[in-house]
Amino acid sequence: MLDVRDLSVSFASAAGRVQALRHVDLAVVRGAIMGIVGESGSGKSTLIGAATRLLPENADISGAVQFDGEDLLALKSAALRALRGRRIAMVFQDPMTALNPVLSIGQQMTDIQYRDRLSATDKRDRAAAMLSRVGIPDAAARLSRHPHEFSGGMRQRIAIAMALLGNPDLLIADEPTTALDVTMEAQIIHLLRLLRKDFHGSILFVSHNLGLIAELCDDVTILYAGEVMEQAPVRNILLQPRHPYTRALLDCDPARIPGMARILPTIGGEVPNLVSPPPGCVFAPRCQMASDICLTPPPAHRVGLGHVARCHKVGP
Amino acid sequence: MVTAGRFSPRRLLAGDWTRPVGGLLVLALIICAIGGDALAPYSPFKMALGIRFSNPSWAHWLGTDQLGRDILSRMIVGARFALFLGLSATGISVIGGVLLGLIAGFGPRWLDAMLLVIFDTTYSFPVVMLALAVITLLGPDLGTVLLIIVIVTIPRYARLIRTSTQSIRVAEFIVAERSLGARPARILLRHVLPNVIGPLLILASMDIPGVITLEAGLSFLGLGVPPPAPSWGRMLSEGYNYIRDTPWIVVGGSLPLILTTLGFTFLGEGLRDALDPRLRRGR
Amino acid sequence: MSALLEVKGLGVRYDAPRILPFAARHGVDAVLDVSFDILAGSTFALVGESGSGKSTLGRAVMGLAPFRAGQIKIAGAAMPSGGDASLVLWRRQMAMMFQDAIASLSPRLTVRSLVTEPFDIHGFRQGLRARDREAECRRLLALVGLPADFAERYPHQLSGGQARRVGVARALALSPRLIIADEPTAGLDVSVQGEILNLLRRLQDELGLTYLLISHNLAVVRHVSDRMAIMYMGRFVEMGDTAEIYADPAHPYTHGLLAAQPEIDPDKRREDVELMGEVPSLAARPSGCEFHTRCPRAQPLCTEQAPDDRNIGQRVARCHFPLVS
Ligand SMILES: Nc1ncnc2c1ncn2[C@@H]1O[C@H](COP(=O)(O)OP(=O)(O)OP(=O)(O)O)[C@@H](O)[C@H]1O
Ligand SMILES: Nc1ncnc2c1ncn2[C@@H]1O[C@H](COP(=O)(O)OP(=O)(O)OP(=O)(O)O)[C@@H](O)[C@H]1O
Ligand SMILES: [Mg+2]
Ligand SMILES: [Mg+2]
Repeated sequence: MLDVRDLSVSFASAAGRVQALRHVDLAVVRGAIMGIVGESGSGKSTLIGAATRLLPENADISGAVQFDGEDLLALKSAALRALRGRRIAMVFQDPMTALNPVLSIGQQMTDIQYRDRLSATDKRDRAAAMLSRVGIPDAAARLSRHPHEFSGGMRQRIAIAMALLGNPDLLIADEPTTALDVTMEAQIIHLLRLLRKDFHGSILFVSHNLGLIAELCDDVTILYAGEVMEQAPVRNILLQPRHPYTRALLDCDPARIPGMARILPTIGGEVPNLVSPPPGCVFAPRCQMASDICLTPPPAHRVGLGHVARCHKVGP
Repeated sequence: MVTAGRFSPRRLLAGDWTRPVGGLLVLALIICAIGGDALAPYSPFKMALGIRFSNPSWAHWLGTDQLGRDILSRMIVGARFALFLGLSATGISVIGGVLLGLIAGFGPRWLDAMLLVIFDTTYSFPVVMLALAVITLLGPDLGTVLLIIVIVTIPRYARLIRTSTQSIRVAEFIVAERSLGARPARILLRHVLPNVIGPLLILASMDIPGVITLEAGLSFLGLGVPPPAPSWGRMLSEGYNYIRDTPWIVVGGSLPLILTTLGFTFLGEGLRDALDPRLRRGR
Repeated sequence: MSALLEVKGLGVRYDAPRILPFAARHGVDAVLDVSFDILAGSTFALVGESGSGKSTLGRAVMGLAPFRAGQIKIAGAAMPSGGDASLVLWRRQMAMMFQDAIASLSPRLTVRSLVTEPFDIHGFRQGLRARDREAECRRLLALVGLPADFAERYPHQLSGGQARRVGVARALALSPRLIIADEPTAGLDVSVQGEILNLLRRLQDELGLTYLLISHNLAVVRHVSDRMAIMYMGRFVEMGDTAEIYADPAHPYTHGLLAAQPEIDPDKRREDVELMGEVPSLAARPSGCEFHTRCPRAQPLCTEQAPDDRNIGQRVARCHFPLVS
């Protein structure tokens, strides 16, 4: 469905070029849920921005992004707009950014169907049906409400409903639950799993919460400092991680440490400066296993079915 | 200044070409204001009725006015009055505006409501009516003109400070300071003021030429500082009477006004950058 | 060990602004009838959904929230009533780390001014000369593991984790006994989160600090707290030993919260969600037990009669039908 090849993105900044993404490959198959995991600043949002061509002016993109066989990077802006919101839909971290505060949600949900030749009542009915599908009780009556009359979790449900109205082939969710409570988060994830049963598109799900990835995703891409470290089906990533970074990340998660640990494990060191990333493997400066060979770019080793790790130390 | 130590003078002039030009223009104004008497080729008051309305020449670069006074000299010496008026009126307004704005923004609600009514009433009062009323009461002199200008500008400054104070008083870092035990005065002076004063200083520095023009407007209506003091405003209004035959007289009043406006505006932008650490470069 | 902080029957109410001068006062009770003790040198955690009153409770202890009922004591001394000026000494004994680390640092001050500011506030200005200030600044930065050259930076030049460290340094300046840490790891990556928590732990061991820790993150609370309380709509619904509560939650709400945490195991995907719906409005509290609208085990009694605190072993739970007895 979505095929990203050798994607690099850099931003012009006062301190030099920030190389936010370097040589990223990523493929999302139809109907699958791909999770993207990485620390803050690892380039998750940049990746999504490049895939939807929504990056700021100062970005410089190279590589290829294909969506259902079409080259997104070469597409004219009119064709791109036709694609966005219809075949590709997005859900953001803060649902308030996607909703217009001064329009009722019914208004917004009918406006978004402007391409469909339906009567106004049909559009409203569709909107109400979609709202009840995402678990908003009494949906028809609530169409006349404004976004601020809903709680954060409800708003995120509405944002998801709006994204699904166009029946997209690809749904992109950038940390859709970070602003919510665990109870809400569990409900939203549950909703996405339910929706998946009759929604046949793919989902690109960005998060730094490994628990959510485990709950929802089929495949996972681990991003660090703008590079892909490891890509594999979710069971492999969580149960048999191969890359030292993936392991360190899993080890740090307090949810995975049983009992009461007085001292929590950390990775140590600092995230590299993306203006001048270290040569060779970007993780080497913080890696326990690093040796001289890590100063050269690591190869992508296939270590299992659909399981790739970019590390010198995992080779056969 | 409260932000002393954090203010970076180098940033004031760094930037594109407008900053140095602004600096030069303001510097020229200051030099004229201080050394005007020595710089001016003639006394600005010396009348020579024989050479009224003479065209620009080597002897009189900008010609002479209706009383035969050298326009260039009047323009140079006029800088002193203009700068004095601009700085003092703006300075007093800034101090008054900051005080009233902080009180309104940080003080109890009823005080805020009362001050707001006062600000809005004065602000909506027509300037000329106000000027007429005050001049009738106090007579036309420098102090009166100053008072009028201050009354007219204070409400705008105070409202600006009040609004930003209100938005900042609930900011997390203000609560953090309170949690450390800081007293209200300290919070106001050290944490609120530096964060609200920047926009006001920029506004005020750009207002200085406006104040000078306001005085010019009052002079034009005969409400300004009485003659023979060389004021650009009055040169402009007097020259206006003869603009069809001798247009250069208004040049003596308008050219310095335009240059002063440009100078202070450019410098105001530099001030904004210099005051805001977020605009400074580097990590 | 004796109790450092004692809170009895605390209630905090936020009044809504009145539209007409003589209209009845409306308001919400953000904290209601809360009592607890924190032993010196221990960590007490507060968890609960957003809006349950955790930050308000923390602020009330510092004298930063309008409190309506109850009593707060530190080492036996009661909190003085009055404004900021009368609370100066009270606030010296404790310090707060704020939820939004960067926003809680005054944006135009350098890290040096920020960390030495508590000395100025408490009148050490004459006693603390420039050289001592510099030394204090270095000592505090070293204590929280920041290089000395960070003293020149401004808040906007700090990362989330670094800003938290500055927050800790500021909190430690006057050697407080109690630290109220409001979401000290919100928005941080797991690795940086571990660093901050380890730092807090080390400081507790070295300086004997007592913490009131407020957190959304149940996994974090499990590792770092000795005792904990679960808040719902401003009340404590359960309070007790952290390990005991995790092993055997007594209140259905606690059970639901713990079950809502995802397991990091693709083979243990949950088929259903235990806690549905959301918190009712504080302005329209449900009758009887306030949790009955979401409780999977609610009985007719729960809608009619509010439960009292029940002691279950070392624990207190506010439920008619607790899960353990
Ligand atoms: N417009 C921009 N100009 C310059 N640098 C940028 C820009 N946008 C992002 N960056 C930099 O690119 C890097 C990747 O940013 P990105 O927002 O993709 O990270 P992220 O993984 O989404 O992080 P988070 O989890 O915090 O959302 C960061 O170092 C960021 O500072
Ligand atoms: N200054 C205020 N004025 C009026 N209501 C307030 C104020 N501060 C908080 N509240 C209300 O009090 C309740 C408790 O808020 P509080 O900030 O203590 O919650 P919290 O548990 O810390 O939530 P979070 O996890 O989102 O930080 C909320 O309903 C909130 O809307
Ligand atoms: Mg992002
Ligand atoms: Mg809070």
